[in-house]
Amino acid sequence: MQVPAPFEYERATSVDNAIDLLERLGDEARLIAGGHSLLPMMKLRLANLEYVIDINDLHNELGYVRVGTDEVRIGAMTRHRELLESPELAALFPIFADAEQVIADPIVRNRGTIGGSLCQADPSEDLTAVCTTLDASCVIRGRGGERVVTMAEFHRGPYETAVEHGEILTEIRIPVRPHGSSAYAKVERRAGDWAVTSAGAAVWMDGDVITGARVGLAAVGPNTTGIPAISEALQAQAPSEELYARAGAIAAESCSPVTDNRGTADYKRHLADELTRRTLRLSVERIQAGVAGDQGRNG
Amino acid sequence: MTTLDEGVAATPEDLEHADNDQHPVGHGRMLRKEDPRFIRGMGKYVDDLQLKGMLHLAILRSPVAHATIVSIDTTAAQAHPKVKAVITGADLAAQGLAWMPTLSNDVQAVLATDKVRFQGQEVAFVVAEDRYSARDALELIDVEYDILPPVVDVRTALAPDAPVIRTDLEGKTDNHCFDWETGDKAATDAVFARADVVVTEDIVYPRVHPAPMETCGCVADYERVSGQLTLWTTSQAPHAHRTVYALVSGLPEHKIRVIAPDIGGGFGNKVPIYPGYVCAIVASLVIGKPVKWMEDRSENLVSTGFARDYVMRGEIAATKEGKILAIRTHVIADHGAFNGTAAPVKYPAGFFGVFTGSYDLEAAYCSMTAVYTNKAPGGVAYACSFRITEAVYLVERIVDCLAYDLDMDPVELRRKNLIQPEQFPYTSKTGWVYDSGEYERALDLALEMAGYDELRAEQAEKRERGELMGIGVAFFTEAVGAGPRKDMDILGLGMADGSELRIHPTGKAVLRVSCMSQGQGHETTFAQIVAEEIGIPPADIQVINGDTDQTPFGLGTYGSRSTPVSGAAAALVSRKVRDKAQIIASGMLEVSVADLEWQKGSFAVKGDPSRSVTIQDIAMRAHGAGDLPDGVEGGLEAQICYNPENLTYPFGAYICVVDIDPGTAAVKVRRFIAVDDCGTRINPMIIEGQVHGGLTDGVGMALMEMIAFDDEGNCLGGSLMDYLIPTALEVPHWETGHTVTPSPHHPIGAKGVGESATVGSQRAIVNAVVDALKPFGIRHADMPLTPSRVWDAMQGRPTPPI
Ligand SMILES: Cc1cc2nc3c(=O)[nH]c(=O)nc-3n(C[C@H](O)[C@H](O)[C@H](O)COP(=O)(O)OP(=O)(O)OC[C@H]3O[C@@H](n4cnc5c(N)ncnc54)[C@H](O)[C@@H]3O)c2cc1C
Repeated sequence: MQVPAPFEYERATSVDNAIDLLERLGDEARLIAGGHSLLPMMKLRLANLEYVIDINDLHNELGYVRVGTDEVRIGAMTRHRELLESPELAALFPIFADAEQVIADPIVRNRGTIGGSLCQADPSEDLTAVCTTLDASCVIRGRGGERVVTMAEFHRGPYETAVEHGEILTEIRIPVRPHGSSAYAKVERRAGDWAVTSAGAAVWMDGDVITGARVGLAAVGPNTTGIPAISEALQAQAPSEELYARAGAIAAESCSPVTDNRGTADYKRHLADELTRRTLRLSVERIQAGVAGDQGRNG
Repeated sequence: MTTLDEGVAATPEDLEHADNDQHPVGHGRMLRKEDPRFIRGMGKYVDDLQLKGMLHLAILRSPVAHATIVSIDTTAAQAHPKVKAVITGADLAAQGLAWMPTLSNDVQAVLATDKVRFQGQEVAFVVAEDRYSARDALELIDVEYDILPPVVDVRTALAPDAPVIRTDLEGKTDNHCFDWETGDKAATDAVFARADVVVTEDIVYPRVHPAPMETCGCVADYERVSGQLTLWTTSQAPHAHRTVYALVSGLPEHKIRVIAPDIGGGFGNKVPIYPGYVCAIVASLVIGKPVKWMEDRSENLVSTGFARDYVMRGEIAATKEGKILAIRTHVIADHGAFNGTAAPVKYPAGFFGVFTGSYDLEAAYCSMTAVYTNKAPGGVAYACSFRITEAVYLVERIVDCLAYDLDMDPVELRRKNLIQPEQFPYTSKTGWVYDSGEYERALDLALEMAGYDELRAEQAEKRERGELMGIGVAFFTEAVGAGPRKDMDILGLGMADGSELRIHPTGKAVLRVSCMSQGQGHETTFAQIVAEEIGIPPADIQVINGDTDQTPFGLGTYGSRSTPVSGAAAALVSRKVRDKAQIIASGMLEVSVADLEWQKGSFAVKGDPSRSVTIQDIAMRAHGAGDLPDGVEGGLEAQICYNPENLTYPFGAYICVVDIDPGTAAVKVRRFIAVDDCGTRINPMIIEGQVHGGLTDGVGMALMEMIAFDDEGNCLGGSLMDYLIPTALEVPHWETGHTVTPSPHHPIGAKGVGESATVGSQRAIVNAVVDALKPFGIRHADMPLTPSRVWDAMQGRPTPPI
């Protein structure tokens, strides 16, 4: 049995209480949400903390998917499983269900949260790619109040985010635009494994023409900008295999994978290309079939 | 040769509708007697054991692969309020206990004294009041290492400038471990020289890990007054372990009791004696309290017995019509830092000698060079029947390479070369005597179940469309049930198994066996073996294993030897009891022994079936009042020790169908057809369970499993997030079938089956993947066939994994 080093445990009763505790207990205190990233690191003694502040009681306060007129708000304590099963997200952003089906396994999904996922900022983490694809912004609260940052600002690099000590991520906001859909694809060596490479795509159309497109990648180096070159290349174009191929080529060029046990850099680059094409194609098919996208809001 | 053909069906076995809840008095389907406790979480494993005053031991392991130990400072750890002892290699050396023998006559450090030789090697241990404090105190030990260059690549381990790992061995100037050869080199070379076709391929079987669910551990309890040591331990071979402990520690053997409680999977991982066990024993001896050591998952993956790690050059010679003439191979074997291979002493390469497979050859030759590297010691482990997995992989891969070069269907090629039924007993060119087989029958059944011709037609169509579908065929023969004592021993201990059967007065029974179940269902199978012979229902027969004070001597469970050896012992001891029962029955019925007829469960007077006594009546009589026939002692029990005359040779034909995503190179195993022949089938449900598990192992090894190392010798497979084992999502619905070709020398005709599917399956999967890649001109690609590695092959550059 792997056991963590000794630590003290506190249970936050509210977001403000969590912020108080963080400030009072200092640098050696960490929030714990689902615990599926933090606990393994503690057991392997890669993370040695003095205090763990459990925010699971804040699920009432921070566990939600709220659909507004032009944005969807997701509370940071919303669990993977809730994202997977949310009818609102399924209607508006099928990318969530696509991704959640291939994130970890049911045991992890029952506890792991979107807030923990984004704050862990693992380079292979899938929800960061999803949020990047959807051009999400993050709400961070501290003693001084709330600030809202873009994904590019939020994700500073591997295991590093804009959340400062004494702050907590409370909400993820996703803009809703009409006539859009999205998709996610991941290649893994085995079910429940982290991605060799994953890609998400979101497309918006007006009739036969693309009015907006974004692609987000995971596990191929820092990439939280939604690859503007792809957005530009697809703007005002009619979808076609050639267009997807061009987008795929850009994705492959703009990533910086490394060779590891999961695969070679060349292969990952190839996947960035292949999965970009696949998710763009599927997003467009979804729009054309009218199966998902903006019906949740309008219909 | 007798051939029993009960239940051979040309259709897949319908396991979903099979009625397993039957109550046979003997062989047949029945639910496992042990399962009610396992599925309710009521099993009792080593880690469940809590003894009064028990202390906990944790091991400090080397963070690096190769380094000189400059100094170890334990002061801070000693000062921890809950720590009872901190022991280093120097402390053990003072007692002459720093080194211990391995199962293959090498030595291994219990705790490192001079150098560390692999990442994860045992350096010191802490004994504390609880397991948390023991772990905490490890971090208080300060070790200074002087890093040495590591030997990681097996191919260059013998280079003149390679650092010498085993400086502990006197006069050692290189990393050479041993050389071994089998077969006839000159004859083989001659055949190769005149062959029409010669195919050569380099084939790697990467290092993999058995990864049982339960990690290794023990509780050592030494009582100072009585001088008695009791060791509860995760051991597949309790008796062999006890004898080794006695020889090493100097404690008298009768004062050592080794108990293996329920085991959560072994697969060979629990055959070796690990330093942790010795540390716990030493700690209990020193402190006089029970001491528990239970390794964690990373320790298990990084430091305990691995498997495979063979780099093989395979060569096959044939006529252009596809008659295989000879196979030749050279193997470089990576044995890690210490040669911890668990195999019979005369077989340093295990039973790799059966690399001639299921084919009738003119000649065969293998040479092997084994080397030391800065990796964990061990070898053989993982359901491989002593390296037969490697052997079968080599032959089945190289035969497929030949099929590729001859542009011949792999089934047709195999059919041309299979050993024929009338050739049995068949002596292979490397000297193995295959006991029985009817290979084509099994192959035909597999082909029929698969719908082979339709599959090939489907494949042709798909290839037209650019889809990647592959069909892999493999045939295997195993050699299991070690073994005849004239040939086989481990550390001088012969591989014969004892068995003891006692019938209680009320007709219930207890069977004591030396083998040790790790999930194979011995409590059920062995009760059924006895039931078949003596007519007492399995529910009334208790099977005891895993306690040296409770069972007769024998060498344990690995290499699929339980049913071939201990199972034979159980059948024969039952017959011995039945013989005695017959004499008592003759007295009870007042007829001569010759006038009695055995009907399962009772003796009746020939020609007058109304006059009979049951085995239960006889048992009561044996223990009860009244006279017994002259010269017959009271009681109804017997003991034997069975020395197998030969190994048993189970075989099978496997067919795998895969689809590969041309865009991502991800492999999906669509279908798997497994026809197994393990001779007489005792409990078909248990056999199917063993086969399903082994096939799943095969998917793991073929597609994802490998213990990789980086250039510094760091192990990259230290958690189950890094060392992947397959889940239900990666495996198809298993389509199983069987034929029955009994072993002629086994008392009930049974052969081992525990490892058949592990031995037979990867090659079918790899053959299928390579077949799918045929349009890319690929003849061979090494495991693990991860998407990235398959993609490499699709780019025309298949790469060895090491
Ligand atoms: C076996 C396994 C497989 C996995 N596979 C995948 C996969 O394929 N893809 C994938 O994307 N993920 C995967 N994960 C990760 C999983 O999704 C994690 O649960 C998730 O990344 C972290 O969420 P959590 O709620 O468990 O976070 P925790 O472990 O509780 O916390 C993670 C970090 O975030 C901080 N934190 C948590 N919440 C907040 C907050 N509201 N504000 C500020 N800081 C916060 C914590 O202090 C900690 O540093 C896997 C995990 C496991 C165990």
